[in-house]
Amino acid sequence: MAVSNIIFYLLSALIIGCGIMSVTSRQIFRSAIYLLFCMMGVAGLYFWMQYEFIAAVQIVVYVGGIVVLIIFSIFLTHRVGSDLAEPEYKRTLFAGLASLFAFLLFWSVIKRNEFFGEQSSGELSVRRIGEEMLNYKQGGFVLPFEVVSILLLAAMIGCIVIAMRAQTEKN
Amino acid sequence: MEVGLTQILFLSTMLFFIGVYGFLTRRNMITMLMAVELMLNAVNINFIAFNKYLWGGKLDGVFFTIFIIAIAAAEAAVAIAIVINIYRNFGSIDAEDVDSLKL
Repeated sequence: MAVSNIIFYLLSALIIGCGIMSVTSRQIFRSAIYLLFCMMGVAGLYFWMQYEFIAAVQIVVYVGGIVVLIIFSIFLTHRVGSDLAEPEYKRTLFAGLASLFAFLLFWSVIKRNEFFGEQSSGELSVRRIGEEMLNYKQGGFVLPFEVVSILLLAAMIGCIVIAMRAQTEKN
Repeated sequence: MEVGLTQILFLSTMLFFIGVYGFLTRRNMITMLMAVELMLNAVNINFIAFNKYLWGGKLDGVFFTIFIIAIAAAEAAVAIAIVINIYRNFGSIDAEDVDSLKL
């Protein structure tokens, strides 16, 4: 068995194990830490597929941004050390069954399908990503780039407006 | 066993349904947000794997992934602002306790 296959299976075990612990752990802070390791595993999978730029973006945005933001909000809204309430037995049972059967359905479709396509060879250079992102000709990505930048601006203003304490009526 | 597209799709499908399970069982808003992040990550793995194994030489999957990551960051920021505002008004972030739009 080649070393690259072993690395893939180790990364998969990390992602799946930390994902399951993240959605079942009773302590919310531990749940966030398991989510962090799950994201690191996904970044490792991108490294394994030789998309280094995407892996770097994943680490910077998810591990460095979103998980830290989630941990901050946990500290703002929870008392440290208090456990989450146990979910109802019935809800756990039906959610588990629904997820399991949907997974089996999807897996049976994937297993029966044969994929035809051309595998990419070599590495993906960051220079090419940058050039495509500013390419305004046929097949370029400048329009979604601009749309996402407007969306980020709107989200930033929206966060400030939502988080701003409303002025009281007495003034 | 040689690792190919099928194994990666198995992994991402499993991660997606772990996220679905978390979203259905959890009632705390922050943990529901974490389950949504797991689902978005599964989708990103799919895009990257298809781009590598079936769409060689083109970059559409890579760009979809970059834009999904950017939108997920914006979504998480807005969601956490809303959650903190709800905590300020209701004193709890359990989805069952928050049952009115205005106090």
